Amino acid sequence: MALSRIQIPPEARRGEVVEVRILIQHPMETGFRHEADGRRVPRNAIHSFVCRYNGAEVFRATLSAGIAANPMLRFFLRAGETGDLDFWWLDDDDMEGTAKARLVVT
Amino acid sequence: MNRRRFVALAVLAVPARAFGQANAHVSTTDPLVFSLTKGKNVYPGRVKLELPKIAENGHSVAMSVRVESAMTAAEHVRAVHLISEKNPVRELASFWLGPHSGRAEVASRIRLNGSQRMLAIAELSDGSFWSDAVDIEVQEAACTDGG
Repeated sequence: MALSRIQIPPEARRGEVVEVRILIQHPMETGFRHEADGRRVPRNAIHSFVCRYNGAEVFRATLSAGIAANPMLRFFLRAGETGDLDFWWLDDDDMEGTAKARLVVT
Repeated sequence: MNRRRFVALAVLAVPARAFGQANAHVSTTDPLVFSLTKGKNVYPGRVKLELPKIAENGHSVAMSVRVESAMTAAEHVRAVHLISEKNPVRELASFWLGPHSGRAEVASRIRLNGSQRMLAIAELSDGSFWSDAVDIEVQEAACTDGG
């Protein structure tokens, strides 16, 4: 399971647009890189990423190896109720990653 | 047509020109663009793609894309597509947004395989497409040599 770091404001007012940043530890292998002994490193990149807020999808991305290693994504969402932000992603090796953060709405 | 009528028509024609030529940034025969737009016109404007002018290397380049939109249920950005001219995988990323986004802005860090023109296409809730294109000089390419 991949490591990730999420940055959201500590609290938000209802209706406020908040910035969400997530940094995922992932090599995002392009498939064009070779080991020192000449073996090709197979492509392995996160291709799908979803963020759900209180169970409802609020952001989705399809990515490619054209996204730099340790992908960072920054996007916005409108604060409604206090609730969980659930992040989910999947790479070419079918490895799933998840992360969670709580958005406190005052 | 007399001279006076010609001048009047010419003045009327100006705003239409200022609106921007459809498909100014995109090739309508590009199969990748076609797969996204289904042949609809892609207008320049409303989208702002931000990239540095020069990148020392293409392994990690800061990218942000912003679309002018009220982001309400009636009028919002549905998707933003990022297309590279020279990368081995040209369809770099797609982001799906909606009224719950509040602001149509997405940022990430991308790999670039050499100097090229990057293209961002936004799909709006009314079904229209808008675009921005940015030239970037990459001094050391990513993807095909190492990293």
